Amino acid sequence: MGRLSYIGRRLIKGLFVLLAIVVLNFFLIRAAPGDPAQVMAGEAGAADEIFIEQLRERFGLDRPVHEQLFIYVKGIVTLDLGWSYRQNQSVSSLILNRLPATLLLTGTAFCIALLFGILMGALAAARVGKWTDTLITALALVFYATPLFWIALMAILLFSVYLGWLPGFGMVSVGAGYTGLAYVGDILVHLLLPAVTLGLFYMAVYARMTRASMLEVMEMDYVKTAKAKGVAPSRITRRHVLRNALLPVITLAGIQAGQMIGGAVLTETVFAWPGIGRLMFDALLQRDYNLLLGIFFVSSAMVVLFNLITDLVYTFVDPRIEVS
Amino acid sequence: MKNAQRALALAMAAALAVAGGSALAQEPKRGGTANVVIQPEPPGLIVGLWQNAPTQMVAGNIFEGLLKYDHELNPLPNLATEWEVNDDGTVYTFHLKDNVLWHDGEKMTAEDVVFSVTEMLMETHPRLRVSMEHVETVEALDDYTVRFTLKQPFGPFLGIFEVGSMPILPKHIYEGTDYHNNPANDHPVGTGPFKFVEWERGSYIHLTRFEDYHVEGLPYLDDVYWHVIPDGASRAVAYENGDVDVLPGGSVENFDVPRLAELPNTCVTGKGWEYFSPIAWMWLNNREGPLADKRVRQAVLHSIDREFAKDVIWNGLGNVPTGPVSSVVRFYESDVPRYDYDPERAQELLDEAGYNGEEIRMLPLPYGETWQRWAEAVRQNMQEAGFNITMEATDVGGWNQRLGDWDFDMAFTYLYQYGDPALGVTRNYISSNIEKGSQWNNVEGYVNERVDELAEQGAVAFPDEKRQEIYSEMQEIIVEDVPIAWLLELEFPTIYRCDLKDLITTAIGVNDGFHDAWLDR
Repeated sequence: MGRLSYIGRRLIKGLFVLLAIVVLNFFLIRAAPGDPAQVMAGEAGAADEIFIEQLRERFGLDRPVHEQLFIYVKGIVTLDLGWSYRQNQSVSSLILNRLPATLLLTGTAFCIALLFGILMGALAAARVGKWTDTLITALALVFYATPLFWIALMAILLFSVYLGWLPGFGMVSVGAGYTGLAYVGDILVHLLLPAVTLGLFYMAVYARMTRASMLEVMEMDYVKTAKAKGVAPSRITRRHVLRNALLPVITLAGIQAGQMIGGAVLTETVFAWPGIGRLMFDALLQRDYNLLLGIFFVSSAMVVLFNLITDLVYTFVDPRIEVS
Repeated sequence: MKNAQRALALAMAAALAVAGGSALAQEPKRGGTANVVIQPEPPGLIVGLWQNAPTQMVAGNIFEGLLKYDHELNPLPNLATEWEVNDDGTVYTFHLKDNVLWHDGEKMTAEDVVFSVTEMLMETHPRLRVSMEHVETVEALDDYTVRFTLKQPFGPFLGIFEVGSMPILPKHIYEGTDYHNNPANDHPVGTGPFKFVEWERGSYIHLTRFEDYHVEGLPYLDDVYWHVIPDGASRAVAYENGDVDVLPGGSVENFDVPRLAELPNTCVTGKGWEYFSPIAWMWLNNREGPLADKRVRQAVLHSIDREFAKDVIWNGLGNVPTGPVSSVVRFYESDVPRYDYDPERAQELLDEAGYNGEEIRMLPLPYGETWQRWAEAVRQNMQEAGFNITMEATDVGGWNQRLGDWDFDMAFTYLYQYGDPALGVTRNYISSNIEKGSQWNNVEGYVNERVDELAEQGAVAFPDEKRQEIYSEMQEIIVEDVPIAWLLELEFPTIYRCDLKDLITTAIGVNDGFHDAWLDR
């Protein structure tokens, strides 16, 4: 009951956080110059007063701001995220349509980053001071410092243009008509390059953190005791060092997992991956208020949820921590 | 740079040779799929509801107009097979094809034309609304005859029947409905050579051959896919990889064009923009500050090396304009004062006007790196001539707002002139069009009563010789006043596979490009 009660309290607090985020972003978005009617009039090549008034009326922009906020919050409470007049579809359907692509991309990138980051960090810590450690540390620095969009473009040039091994854009081979396993395979082939590109940055972070954390834990008394008792080095690393060293990595991974949902804009743009990161960027440029707010809402909810999950995972991983 | 221009020239020559060869000897082959890029993703595909460029590019293959136009802007039959105009230019009678079907199998008749023009488009199409102010009535004389009766002669009237300007829409689907919320908007029904299959948002739009198209044997292609690729470099890579066959004008940055032009089986053409006749300029806020003085505005033009922009930034494509009317637009007058690149003359004018180095804000067009570089080049030119220029960055939304609110000193833009001064030129110079909120009217705040009179007279004058006389005088006045800094008559290069034949056959280019296109593979 203690755990359930804890989860319940966290979720309720999370709802208030979400509401505050929605209200704050509602006003923040409108502070940006230009509104959806002006953007659309600008694209039309001709616009008269009637046209702009029609747009404002359709978008609800002719109402007072407080009324617009009330209408929007009322909708949010019933999980109605409103209508995207730009795309002429409900925001919910747009997000649901694009969210799986982002989850696939970021989820894969996350797994790659976590797995290889921890492995590389552990290897570097185990070989501290040797060339392996130097190489891994240097690579981590390069991947962390290099702009993601540049890595993405170079990856496309190398693997798609010059080598011709992998497709350079999109999620599927359009018009190929694949079904079943062939369809899955086609998606995986398209997924490889963007997922690895996105994962490189986070892999660098996890590698560095794992290495630093492991080196710290290796100096702990219980590790020295285990060594003195004659426990095999590999067992020490697995049972005593790695598990404890991963605690800060779990914290960071939990936070970043939630952020990744809305944070793959650059990767999705360069690779033309149809996720909500790109949708958010387009919505921003088009001042598609409802769509932007809807994406912020979903992204914020993911962050709140993943933070909760991270805290819960902690209680399993670290027996010193209780749910209270 | 000369090598780049040479590569581009060779590619364009190849395109012309291929086009000529195609016209002469080859029998078109049926079948195949064409892949095109589109960016940004259109908001919708009903060209009556959305008039932006991406919508027109796709929807121009789904819908049709009564007429289309060749590269010299001569009207050609489309849904109308022939037409008559009475002696005083006030009655236009169009005879429609009697075998045209909508994609859902219904027959297209004159009632669809009357509905589209008098009901739906009057509510949804601001540009057509302006042209239709000259029309008294539109009647269906029978199932396949439509008569437009004008209040008075309107010179450019035959030029407004292009699919993006006056698309014919299905009355049986839209009449009596909420046009913007009609379910058919998600599955467009037109009369064009291609019909809608699916739209995977964020990925692609798929059209397929309409088997019952009213022109026998057309279209040749089986399918066309428009791929949504948001990044310019990625679009260039998609072409290099062979994933797409066509890069419509503006898809890639200008500095990528010479490199792409050198790829095998690649042709480049500047044709297909004649109907739009795009022209780039800087709005000059005539209302206040240094630019309220004509001499300062004249100095602006003298200070800018426009040939450099054409040769370097636009790879030699386009023409340096002499005034408000592009050289490809009807009633262009070349005998006007010239503003050659002359920084010394610019400085003299600034001294005469008493310009003391007041800051002048410049707003680049936020449409990519090409426009950013152009703004930087112009700023450099102007500063060398003595101007004090501050560049202000903004995104598209901010740019729209600032123009609409007149919150600028100079602002880059480009517009379409639609082939006739009455359709796409005078709207930017008549004082009745000074109104906040629009980026397409008299944004600069120019007021000249004689220009107002001439613009009004020119639209309704008859015959064309009279219109020429009026517009020539109008151009002389406007060129003298320099309300706007005209920079370049644009030609957006379309890059495409040479074995994709007959892609650009009309004055709207790729917008209805797949009507006649075929793959020689």
